[in-house]
Amino acid sequence: MKIRFDGLTKRFPNRNKEIKADVVAVDNFTFEIPDGKLIGLLGPSGCGKSTALNLICGLETPTSGKIYFDEDDVTDLPPENRGVGMVFQSYALYPHLTVRKNIMFPLENLKGKDKLTKAQMEEKVLEAAKVVQIEELLDRKPKEMSGGQQQRVAIARSLVKMPRVLLLDEPLSNLDARLRIQTREEIKRIQNTTGITTIFVTHDQEEAMSISDMIVVMKTGVVHQIGKPQEVYDNPIDLFVAKFLGTPPINVFDGEIKGGELYIGGEKVLGKDYVKDTADGEVTVGIRPEGFVLNDSLDGKEGVFSVDLKAIEVMGRDTSVVFEHANAEGRLRAIVRSDNNIDGKSDTIKFNLNSKKVYVFSKETEERLI
Amino acid sequence: MRKAGNIKAWLYLLPAILFLGVFMVYPLIDVLIYSFEEGYNSASQTSYGTGWFNYAYVLHDKYFLQAIKNTFIIVIITVPLSTGIALLISLGLNSIKKLRDLFQTIYFLPYVTNTLAVGLVFMIMFKKTPYTDGLVNMVIKLFGSGPIDFIDGPYWAKMFVMCFYTIWVVMPFKILILTSALASVDDVYYKAAKIDGTSSFRTFTRITLPMISPMIFYLVITGFIGAFKAYSDEVAIFGTNLNAAGMNTIVGYVYDMLYGNAGGYPSYASAAALILFAIVFTITVINLLISGKNSIN
Repeated sequence: MKIRFDGLTKRFPNRNKEIKADVVAVDNFTFEIPDGKLIGLLGPSGCGKSTALNLICGLETPTSGKIYFDEDDVTDLPPENRGVGMVFQSYALYPHLTVRKNIMFPLENLKGKDKLTKAQMEEKVLEAAKVVQIEELLDRKPKEMSGGQQQRVAIARSLVKMPRVLLLDEPLSNLDARLRIQTREEIKRIQNTTGITTIFVTHDQEEAMSISDMIVVMKTGVVHQIGKPQEVYDNPIDLFVAKFLGTPPINVFDGEIKGGELYIGGEKVLGKDYVKDTADGEVTVGIRPEGFVLNDSLDGKEGVFSVDLKAIEVMGRDTSVVFEHANAEGRLRAIVRSDNNIDGKSDTIKFNLNSKKVYVFSKETEERLI
Repeated sequence: MRKAGNIKAWLYLLPAILFLGVFMVYPLIDVLIYSFEEGYNSASQTSYGTGWFNYAYVLHDKYFLQAIKNTFIIVIITVPLSTGIALLISLGLNSIKKLRDLFQTIYFLPYVTNTLAVGLVFMIMFKKTPYTDGLVNMVIKLFGSGPIDFIDGPYWAKMFVMCFYTIWVVMPFKILILTSALASVDDVYYKAAKIDGTSSFRTFTRITLPMISPMIFYLVITGFIGAFKAYSDEVAIFGTNLNAAGMNTIVGYVYDMLYGNAGGYPSYASAAALILFAIVFTITVINLLISGKNSIN
């Protein structure tokens, strides 16, 4: 089922009573989420992504705007009539009930013609438990299980009523690093098996990039960019998106376009082929760590862009070059081939740039220029 | 090293052991001994012999039997009712937003008020005097019924006042405990239940109640113990001659046997006290067994 937002807005009164203006948690959402996909709602803490999730499931009502599930307007429907399943960050498993009873709980709420017999319920519970592979844990209490297992139970409970949309609020944040990778693959698998449109909220860009079919990057209630993870990574629409995606993060420099060529700190780094007809002036330049390329002899002695070498970190698969530059703040990082011949004792190192990994942004609006 | 540590540990414990020993363990043993000593005289510290005589006497004393009956009625009526009403009020308090603090304070006020002062107010409300029938009777009259003497009248009327009073006195503490128990239930469970379309009644019985059940059991157990030990509340309303009013309780009986008009019988008092202990102990064990079965763990 596809979900469509039309001017969806949610304002909260400011907690700080001295500030009269409302906090806009969700600002004029107008976009569509395609059917049967896994969507990552991504943004820094406090950007309104959880509010967006609460609006979709009906725990919050929007200040203005509409939400459509397929063609149905669900804006004013209570949560139970929307056909949504939700997995909470803390899982919200009822501690006094066994796993079986927890998963059965939503089914027992069904009334009238939807009412199920005990046997039908048992069957559905087993079915849901099988999808998340916890059949053998059905008689345990939540606290007798690991975080990852509890997570699965929570997913099973939200799946048992066959929702039209599955919502996951920071599904991996309570798990340790190893379990996190395992579980995110698990979520992808479950979504593939069930084909239910799934939206999950996260502040971890790696998490979102790795499993989403589509990511929605937002900040302070505003959607910045929507697209396939690779597309958004390769083609960030503005400086925020460019900075938010990618580990190690993108390197940001003060630059200038002069005579149709791109300069950083007096060095011409890219020419007319790259700049094309962008107007002259001061700009912000973002370069991905993999955008720095060594010369043919791999020693970093020649190149268009020279920086102050600070350290070489060997990562095995590749090498991380830590450097500083007068036109950038703090330490910067380039990722180069591990079979390089860089002299670690040298003070400077020179790079060439891969123009596809270099982005130019407006200094005022932070919007992408090139 | 171990031995030195042990001595040090005992040294730390010494003050507590001394106080507990002198003021709790010794009197307890003494009570046990008194209860088996026939015709003990506290002045001469002598007795005729030992045996179950004191227990037999107490259990055949009509005042004691009346006291047991009264105590049980008070316990059975007030503990469930006060807990239930307190739960309802707490639920109400928990669901309002405006003025919640104000109401919480109002509901808690009786707790810091002296029992005897509250008893006086109840007496003014219920007592029939040559000059007035009392506030409650004036209301009853509005509905066309005759005045009822709640303080010196029929047994059920007196028991009604007694239970009403007891419930009113114990309620604030229960409301306090239950409102904080309700507030401690994580909101996310209610959100989850809401998304699953759980009716509010089912949310209450299947989520709220189990989650606050440890606190409810705590209140029931302490409520039982407190109600079995009731005495001052009775005095506050009916005065010190509870036997004459027919409203004596077990603790009241123990007191009378020690210091009342019929006083000077520590052996009977001890036997009655131990019978009370046996009753409270049994009920508490039963309570704990039930709560153990139902607990979240």
